[in-house]
Amino acid sequence: MTSATPPGAHLPEHGDFLWRNPEPKKSYDVVIVGGGGHGLATAHYLAKNHGITNVAVLEKGWLAGGNMARNTTLIRSNYLWDESTAIYEHSLKLWEGLEDDLGYPILFSQRGVLNLAHTEQDVRDSVRRVEANKLNGVDAEWLTPDEVAKICPIVNISDDIRYPVQGATYQPRAGIAKHDWVAWGFARKADEAGIDLIQDCEVTGFTTDGDTVTGVRTTRGDIACGTVALCAAGHTSVLLDMLGVAAPLSSHPLQALVSELLEPVHPTIVMSNQVHVYVSQAHKGELVMGAGVDSYNGYGQRGAFHIIERQMAAAVELFPVFARAHLLRTWAGIVDTTPDASPIVGHTPYQNVYVNSGWGTGGFKATPGIGWCLADTVANGRPHEYVAPFALDRFVTGALVDEHGAAAVAH
Amino acid sequence: MQLIECPWCGPREETEFHYGGQAHIAYPETPSELSDTEWAQYIFFRANPKGPFAERWSHSGGCRQWFNAVRDTRTYTFLATYRSGEPQPEVQS
Ligand SMILES: Cc1cc2nc3c(=O)[nH]c(=O)nc-3n(C[C@H](O)[C@H](O)[C@H](O)COP(=O)(O)OP(=O)(O)OC[C@H]3O[C@@H](n4cnc5c(N)ncnc54)[C@H](O)[C@@H]3O)c2cc1C
Ligand SMILES: [Zn+2]
Repeated sequence: MTSATPPGAHLPEHGDFLWRNPEPKKSYDVVIVGGGGHGLATAHYLAKNHGITNVAVLEKGWLAGGNMARNTTLIRSNYLWDESTAIYEHSLKLWEGLEDDLGYPILFSQRGVLNLAHTEQDVRDSVRRVEANKLNGVDAEWLTPDEVAKICPIVNISDDIRYPVQGATYQPRAGIAKHDWVAWGFARKADEAGIDLIQDCEVTGFTTDGDTVTGVRTTRGDIACGTVALCAAGHTSVLLDMLGVAAPLSSHPLQALVSELLEPVHPTIVMSNQVHVYVSQAHKGELVMGAGVDSYNGYGQRGAFHIIERQMAAAVELFPVFARAHLLRTWAGIVDTTPDASPIVGHTPYQNVYVNSGWGTGGFKATPGIGWCLADTVANGRPHEYVAPFALDRFVTGALVDEHGAAAVAH
Repeated sequence: MQLIECPWCGPREETEFHYGGQAHIAYPETPSELSDTEWAQYIFFRANPKGPFAERWSHSGGCRQWFNAVRDTRTYTFLATYRSGEPQPEVQS
């Protein structure tokens, strides 16, 4: 290997053995619906932190083949509100030790994130967020355009573009991780602890007794259970509808794309709310780009091409060197969004059913954090303090955690 | 991108349209009598079906009229479009 080899080009080999493929048992203490990152992390921490291992993770497709396999893997905790910071920063701290915890490479790369400001109001909001982050013990800085260019020299900071860069917030501890490795690391650990990961097993209904769920109906038979944790991301409404529970979720396609492999040109993560594109360079060298959701509700795992066209126009203006890059692949996942752009986690009207949903476009970064908190919630039968603000009843009480525009690209 | 049938203008490019969410959500008749739960239902809670969904669209880049559509959220196919105030048509899904 020469020194010209891009960093991270050599992905580690997977272990010979990842997990068993067991037949479902007749009953479990805990059934987790959805084998994405959140479901697998919850399973891992149930075993590790609470010694609860009579657990099944039921996945209708293949393990972590939903949003977990489709997301752009940005990890940061520079949210505005205290409630959001608490859970995302808890998660970021777990990311920082996750490779050791899982005993598996996850290629967590803390290369920092720049959130660009393009208007006077952007600048004010960004500076406010930096101060809020600092008060919450989150690393954050405000950078001038010249300082932005020092960190990421290919950002166009000239002032003759439509939305000139007026500065950026910077969180150095933000980063990316290799999503598949993360999922497989959690899966391996959960399996090792004796938890059954059951693929090709769709939950199609529930059996209930008053306000208690007694079991799940699946494409592989009925399974009795003590507690149910819903970790089905974009499909939560479909499951809640089966229970007759309403939640203010709407599912949308969210698209992403990658370029061909390139030399290292993009050392950090750059996000822009205003022109609406975000970019990082993957370990192997692809430019990974995303934007906001397609506007309409959808479950189709594809989106409209004009969304990509707009996003590319913004990308090329911000990064003129991208103009000659070839687009390799586009895809979409189905994300569940809420009216206040924050997740819905916690109790449902069924006393033994917990919901974990509404992470929208930003739930990958929460993977270890929510797994930890949901496991604690299930084990103790009450919401962990970090998820308590995200209860379903906030839409009635008005105690919303409105993160729209506060920290992220679109939700 | 697909063609969407505006009930006034006929088929036009998807890029001319804007999405408006679930259709047929009526403003409460007696707003002062609503409980917090009922207000929350009216403001925040929307159906999110996997299948046919009655929703609002605006032909913002054309005649600028709002209209309703039934669209399948699995395939994104428009099964019907109709003018506001007209009843939701029966569709084959
Ligand atoms: C294009 C894209 C880019 C994104 N970028 C980022 C990013 O950069 N940073 C970030 O933090 N977040 C990002 N996200 C969001 C993030 O991916 C999600 O918030 C997060 O993955 C959701 O949790 P999950 O991993 O458990 O979901 P998923 O991986 O979708 O897991 C849910 C699982 O439930 C299964 N399921 C559904 N219904 C049933 C059923 N009835 N029975 C059994 N199983 C069922 C599904 O098959 C699926 O595998 C992005 C998402 C997309 C689509
Ligand atoms: Zn028209």
